[in-house]
Amino acid sequence: MTAIFEMGIVGIRSGIADGDFTAKEVAETFIARVSAAKPLNAFLVETPEHALAAAEATDKAKAAGEDLGKMAGVPIGMKDLFCTKGVETTAASGILKGFVPQYESTVSANLFKAGAGMLGKLNLDQFAMGSSNETSAFGNVISPWRRNDGGNADLTPGGSSGGSATVVSGRIAPAATGTDTGGSIRQPAAFTGITGFKPTYGRCSRWGTIAFASSLDQAGPMAHDVRDCAIMLGSMAGFDAKDSTSLDLPVPDWEAALNSNLAGKKIGIPKEYRVENMPADIDALWQKGIEMLKDAGATIVDVSLPHTKYALPAYYIIAPAEASSNLSRYDGVRYGLRDLPDGAGLQDMYAATREAGFGDEVKRRIMIGTYVLSAGYYDAYYTQAQKVRTLIAQDFDKAWNSCDLLLTPTAPSAAFGLGEKMDDPLAMYLNDVFTVPSSLAGLPAMSVPAGLDGKGLPLGLQIIGKALDEQSVFNAGLAIEERAGFVAKPEQWW
Amino acid sequence: MTESTYRIQGGTGEWEVVIGLEVHAQITSESKLFSGASTEFGAEPNTQVSLVDAAMPGMLPTLNGECVRQAVRTGLAINAQINKYSRFDRKNYFYADLPQGYQISQLYHPIVGEGVIQISLDEKDPDAHGKAIGVERIHIEQDAGKLMHDQHPTMSYVDLNRCGVALMEIVSKPDMTSPKEAAAYVRKLRSILRYVGSCDGNMEQGSMRADVNVSVRKPGGELGTRTETKNVNSMRFIQAVIEYEAQRQVDLIEDGGTVVQETRLFDPDRNETRSMRSKEDAHDYRYFPDPDLLPLELEDDFIFDCKASLPELPDEKRARYKNVLGLSAYNAAVLTAEHETALWFEQLLDISDEPEKIASTAANWVTSELFGALNRLGVGIENSPVSPAQAAELLGLVADGTISGKIAKQVFEIMLESGDGAKKIVEEKGLVQESDTGAIEKVIAEVMAANEDKVAQYRDGKDKLFGFFVGQTMKAMQGKANPQVVNELLRKTLG
Repeated sequence: MTAIFEMGIVGIRSGIADGDFTAKEVAETFIARVSAAKPLNAFLVETPEHALAAAEATDKAKAAGEDLGKMAGVPIGMKDLFCTKGVETTAASGILKGFVPQYESTVSANLFKAGAGMLGKLNLDQFAMGSSNETSAFGNVISPWRRNDGGNADLTPGGSSGGSATVVSGRIAPAATGTDTGGSIRQPAAFTGITGFKPTYGRCSRWGTIAFASSLDQAGPMAHDVRDCAIMLGSMAGFDAKDSTSLDLPVPDWEAALNSNLAGKKIGIPKEYRVENMPADIDALWQKGIEMLKDAGATIVDVSLPHTKYALPAYYIIAPAEASSNLSRYDGVRYGLRDLPDGAGLQDMYAATREAGFGDEVKRRIMIGTYVLSAGYYDAYYTQAQKVRTLIAQDFDKAWNSCDLLLTPTAPSAAFGLGEKMDDPLAMYLNDVFTVPSSLAGLPAMSVPAGLDGKGLPLGLQIIGKALDEQSVFNAGLAIEERAGFVAKPEQWW
Repeated sequence: MTESTYRIQGGTGEWEVVIGLEVHAQITSESKLFSGASTEFGAEPNTQVSLVDAAMPGMLPTLNGECVRQAVRTGLAINAQINKYSRFDRKNYFYADLPQGYQISQLYHPIVGEGVIQISLDEKDPDAHGKAIGVERIHIEQDAGKLMHDQHPTMSYVDLNRCGVALMEIVSKPDMTSPKEAAAYVRKLRSILRYVGSCDGNMEQGSMRADVNVSVRKPGGELGTRTETKNVNSMRFIQAVIEYEAQRQVDLIEDGGTVVQETRLFDPDRNETRSMRSKEDAHDYRYFPDPDLLPLELEDDFIFDCKASLPELPDEKRARYKNVLGLSAYNAAVLTAEHETALWFEQLLDISDEPEKIASTAANWVTSELFGALNRLGVGIENSPVSPAQAAELLGLVADGTISGKIAKQVFEIMLESGDGAKKIVEEKGLVQESDTGAIEKVIAEVMAANEDKVAQYRDGKDKLFGFFVGQTMKAMQGKANPQVVNELLRKTLG
């Protein structure tokens, strides 16, 4: 039998159902894995008691012959952007150090209702702003992966859901929650050889999730494979009256409808995603992906998304604009950090608190956002960016006239070394070049691991679907997963 | 209208004042604009604060439909355009009473567009001196919390109870040209809001307050630079602000200075306005559409239902009182100014099958007797100790001749004190008017017998003595004789 810690959601669920092991054994296994993984700095808070309590509830329910939830007995990692009742939640920012919510985010509550337990709160880029997990106020997360060049360079797991990517790929948790604003689920999934899914905007409630950019933020699963993602997303999603942008639609049973036969499906290959200086490994992988989808019965068509090159600049106006406003509430008045110098007035307190509490990247984005919304610049930046956003959405709408799904690389490179891009914010922002357009359009998209580069690091392929058509995205992901035979795992060195 | 010639006399001649008002009216609703917290006034600090109001991390606003309904009804009541598409914007600024760091408002796409409010400076005959004041727009927004500076020697405290309460901002056009017009506008607006039920109009509790925009110009000239005096919370203060600002601006210009566009504050103790911040220091609010909220789209059915739910409004009601009930212009105006008064009056009329017949008498009684009593007691009509049904009973006794108008006043006083009904009082105190000619003739015969000398004098031509006989007869009958009958019989008997 496969070791428990190697298992994903499906394996754990059936093992418990078949009586191979108890939920408690599962929880204890992963709690031990969490304890042993401290060098990776993936957890900000460990909550073994929560995982154990959920496991005991599952074991009890099973003994009583009750129906088990879809995530029953699965201990997961929780990105620390989700507010968890009674458990410190900081968004990896100093400004929220010590903040303990008295409420449970809708997504985490949904998962707990489905029987999941929580191993702890996962490190991330501060306020989900970053692509390498290096902007956390509590230290960067280290990827379990290492290059096969004999060096021991620490690599980034990607970001912002870096902690989530590290624990799933390192078999420290069977699955984890992520959030994706411009690629924060998909890019780290690609960097660490796991599967990550961003659903249609509005599928998952944002209530209780610390906001970065409200019109883009979406929660999603990060797991071993497509089926696990389908199960987990089914437990996270659903209408929530407390979020006005939540979709008032039933949640389909994606897991039940999984089908990797793509006969009749047309897959679009957007020519604008062939960017300059793209590593040959990634280009080759993309070609392999095309062949895999053909093999699954799909037809390949060339499509054009002409406004793609404006997506990144538009994103880096819209997201900071919303963030600059969303982060105004961290003012030292009601919760979190307060820095009150002697004799300071209100304005001094704001300045000192926010100076001490926010990291550089957060400050940078607040400044950018404040600037683009300022009188005299608003039309040139914010209004213009919104127009671009509309054009990008129209690009996709037109593409759907000739295809059902799009296939692209997830990121323009494999994982890079920690510290390699921190001095160059623009190079860092380029990580999101393939993931941002679908975020701007609110479309479902996922990253599936499809191969390794020359240095033995994982590479991912991205599938983008029509709004609300998560099923087709899952199915195409499954087709690739079945054909790619991606079994590489990081060696445990920690 | 005569007051349209309101002028400031300056050294260089006459100046005209131009006034625009932004009235903030708290929407009557159980819960706040974007949260479920209660809006009740006067609770202990920070006891009516939801997680959303306190802007806890991850909290999201959800729109209270009742507030939308009230804003639409208000717009319809001033014949304004209802915008089927509107949306919410964030107005960003830092202050301790604003937990989110932004106020959710509607800058770019307000829910209500242009409308009109008819005002009048002549209470006695509003139609003769009316003026139409344009309303530019009405939008919905959140109120802020309240800072308390007297709780601690070095710190300020924050009360978030009011934070997130729904306001309508009703923006007038710069159509007013005198303090009295501004006051008449606010009075009329308040009346309409109270008719509609969208705001209680309570200025002392801050449910209604105004930002007063004032500029001056030579009559008919180009508009001058305006100042905006914030948060003025009484009708009297609004007029005081305009008078002070207009004079200040005229003095400034005539002394060679220029008016600066700025925000000012009114100091009621000194009866003056003071500069708060100039245009240069003005906040850059960085308005942008709130991404947490979807655009607000209204269906025709919803607007139709809002319209159908409106009561008869003051102008329509006043016209009906005049034209259908036949009331004087003054009575019609006074009885319709406050919704409660009109409702009370109409309940009184409801007693009769033919309200037109008793309307004038009832109107006179309400505006003189009832208002007089309520004034003395210092209570509003909604707390009147005498109910409309009780008043109808009283007026009925006068109408059918049971009691005289004079006795009715006496009965009304007893009603106010005891709470008893008019019939009961009249019966118990034996105040029924005597109209039986036989009984009155008998008393007259007695009076004449006792005053034979005076009878003779009268018959010799001393007409003035008639009053003496009336008085004696009434006295003998303890004031209960029907005075008309007494008069008739005396004339007949005395010859």
